[in-house]
Amino acid sequence: MTRRRPPLALLLPALLTVAGVLLPLVYLLIRALGAEGTELREIVFRSRNLDLLANTLLLTVGTLVTTTLVALPLAYLAARTDLRPRRALMLAGVLPLAIPGYVGAYAMIAASGPGGTIEALTGLNWPSPSGFWGALGILTLFTFPYLFLNLHAALRAQDPALEDAARLLGRTPAQTFREVTLPYLRPAWLSGALLIALHVLGDFSVVSLMRYPTFSAAIYQQYTAAYDRVYSAWLALGLLLVTGAALLLEARLMRGLHLARVSPGGAREVRTTPLGRARPLAWAFVAALVGAALIVPLGTIGYWLRLEQNPFAWASLWDALKSALGAAAIAAVTTTALAFPLAYIGSRAQGRLARFTERAAYLGYATPPLAFALALVFFSLKVAPPLYQTFPLLILAYTLHFVAEAVGPIRTSLSTATPRLEEAARLLGQTSRGALARVTLPLIRPGLLVSAAFVFLSVLKELPLTLLLAPIGFETLARNVWAYTEEAQYAAAAPYALALALSGAVLTLLILRRERRPTPRPPRPPKEQA
Amino acid sequence: MTPILQLDHLSKRYAPGHPPVVNDLNLSVSAGELLTLLGPSGCGKTTTLRLIAGLEQPDSGDVLIGGRNVTSPFAPPERRGVGLVFQDYALFPHLSVLGNVLFGLSHLPRAERLPRARETLALVGLTVFESRRPHELSGGQQQRVALARALAPRPTLLLLDEPFSNLDAQLRHATRQEIRSILRAAGTTAILVTHDQEEALAFSDRIVLMRAGQAEQIGTPHDVYTQPRTAFVANFLGRSNLLSGTADRHMARTALGIIPLQESRSGPVLVSVRPEHLRFTDDPAAPEVTIQAHEFKGHDITYTVTLDGNRQELLVHGPSDDLRPEGSRARLSVTQPARPVQ
Ligand SMILES: Nc1ncnc2c1ncn2[C@@H]1O[C@H](COP(=O)(O)OP(=O)(O)O)[C@@H](O)[C@H]1O
Ligand SMILES: [Mg+2]
Repeated sequence: MTRRRPPLALLLPALLTVAGVLLPLVYLLIRALGAEGTELREIVFRSRNLDLLANTLLLTVGTLVTTTLVALPLAYLAARTDLRPRRALMLAGVLPLAIPGYVGAYAMIAASGPGGTIEALTGLNWPSPSGFWGALGILTLFTFPYLFLNLHAALRAQDPALEDAARLLGRTPAQTFREVTLPYLRPAWLSGALLIALHVLGDFSVVSLMRYPTFSAAIYQQYTAAYDRVYSAWLALGLLLVTGAALLLEARLMRGLHLARVSPGGAREVRTTPLGRARPLAWAFVAALVGAALIVPLGTIGYWLRLEQNPFAWASLWDALKSALGAAAIAAVTTTALAFPLAYIGSRAQGRLARFTERAAYLGYATPPLAFALALVFFSLKVAPPLYQTFPLLILAYTLHFVAEAVGPIRTSLSTATPRLEEAARLLGQTSRGALARVTLPLIRPGLLVSAAFVFLSVLKELPLTLLLAPIGFETLARNVWAYTEEAQYAAAAPYALALALSGAVLTLLILRRERRPTPRPPRPPKEQA
Repeated sequence: MTPILQLDHLSKRYAPGHPPVVNDLNLSVSAGELLTLLGPSGCGKTTTLRLIAGLEQPDSGDVLIGGRNVTSPFAPPERRGVGLVFQDYALFPHLSVLGNVLFGLSHLPRAERLPRARETLALVGLTVFESRRPHELSGGQQQRVALARALAPRPTLLLLDEPFSNLDAQLRHATRQEIRSILRAAGTTAILVTHDQEEALAFSDRIVLMRAGQAEQIGTPHDVYTQPRTAFVANFLGRSNLLSGTADRHMARTALGIIPLQESRSGPVLVSVRPEHLRFTDDPAAPEVTIQAHEFKGHDITYTVTLDGNRQELLVHGPSDDLRPEGSRARLSVTQPARPVQ
């Protein structure tokens, strides 16, 4: 099969994406290095930097451990045992994704401590979560679904013949799990773990509320309180370095892992293991998880909603809803429009070009949003001051950050619109543009819609880019939850948190219906069979 | 001598109310034998192997391996000493070729494992590939790794589930020969599952023809081919012309005239006549046919002809140096006694 070079019109967006992400980052670098020699030395060798680094790494590694401890058993229960209904387990594994970390943190803070929901309802004084353990707990509860979805899909897809083969070669079921199933899960774990690591590295909201200083928390603090530009630039660079290291490490560990089914063939359904007497234990685990990740947050929001309300908070709910929905809708359109050429090249081209576009799409997603926002602030102030804190710049930031999320569904749907169909259209008299418009686009419309929906709901939940880049007076649901929570006005934050949780639930149900991972990472191109 | 494997009234259905996939199957395999389960797709061959391996539990009946009943009490697959080569090989993708072969050797003393694995890899001619990963091998090579992995622990019984079906025609032929001689050299008892009749004829000491979960006929390839018991067997193993007629001891009156029978019968009878047992003749008393089509096979030609009398279609093998054009007329004679079938 011959693969033609994609037209420049399609290649240009990929180049622009890369430029859009890299230029501000380069500017960040220039800014960071632009300080005086002594000042520079003082900043770089601050002992606090080491503390931040240690905290950031500790929290990231800790979250990877705890999310695995939660996600793996739950995925196994849902995929491989006779615990029913399976749908309830899936919901338990996915719905926590509907609650943004800062809403979860808000709920946990509002639920605990003196005057919190738990004390008000039961009289028990539940200690407020804070510090490392608080951040770890909250990040675990609301990010483990990334791992759950990956592990669950892999456990369902594993060729049961592999486990049969191990049994016939003398292994007990437990040995088979350790020696065959766990190694098989490695790539799924790695890509889920990368998402969680990116999330933890990029999160400033949970760690700030828990008062656990990491790079992201420090950047935010610098931005709001001290506003030392050079130091923030250095912190952002530090965060970028850690993120880059995480990406490299994942790519490194992933290398050579080619664990797809070696040959196609009579795929059997995976077998389910009867749980027997372990069933109550399994239900207790699921119940504890659902209680902590869903019932406590929603219950808390409900509780505070019923209390006396700050009238100002309600008054701006409608405005916040309108501007949030508007921004999300516009960003959904621009992001999907940018994602289409990237997905198209990624699926139709081969080799270096496909890899380049794949990484271009991923670059914006992997860049920690606070660092990216900061870079854009510096960049716009220096290069195009009128753009600073304008709506178009905000939309541009959303687009570059979320384009990877939109690429996945489009690529999946492109696999049904094969090049053969376009060739058929060409032979029937269409130009290449006509074939694209009349054959490919209609075929991938469902994929485009899913992409747009993903981006829509992600933008709705987005906090750091919005905080740093939104025009003055631009209120969104996320921004108001954050603002009221920071001021400990839990009742005022409740309606916004509820609106966010509900829209998050829509995203989640969409994911469940599509039975695909919500990960923005585009599928890796299959290797050729030897 | 006790047989290596014995199936005793074995039955299995996957869901209550569904028809049995294996239905009252009886079979006995002796040491060193190469046995083939042959049958159309869906007739229960894979299920039979899985029952023997302990990957499924039978609803009733017993499996005896080396005289030991492994169904009651149920012995799990890891304690049966049975090897299985999966249809799609099921090689562990996270292990190298050597790692795959070593996987089944953990019961051996440490010092013996590596030599045994290398020795087995040498047997299948893959020593140089031992550090490759499965996906870096061709289909035929993967197939041989799967065989080496199953052979290395020296199982008392080796099961092969359509192991050649993913290979192209030429490779399939060569691999089949190779594996047959490897099994013979190792003295391994093996059961091969296939739906390819040529494979069954070439590979096995005995063939079990399966149909709807039951053994329709068991025998040596020669016996089953020359003496099919039923019309199904006659057509599944080779091609055959089925003629109805009336028998009177060793003769039967059919549309092809009065023809000799292998066995004595009387009354209405169905007989099988192989295409190679029909010949064009000049005898003016022989029945007349019209040639409809011919397929040139190289060493001979297969003609499709219709009988003038009842328009029945017949297959006839003719020599390749005497091509008869389509539409031409000819006369047929029967050269061997026909086989009465049910
Ligand atoms: N796990 C299963 N559950 C339900 N039905 C099955 C299962 N495995 C096989 N079958 C059915 O049993 C029949 C026999 O299957 P199988 O033993 O795989 O046949 P073969 O290997 O001869 O092609 C088929 O109709 C198949 O659909
Ligand atoms: Mg089969």
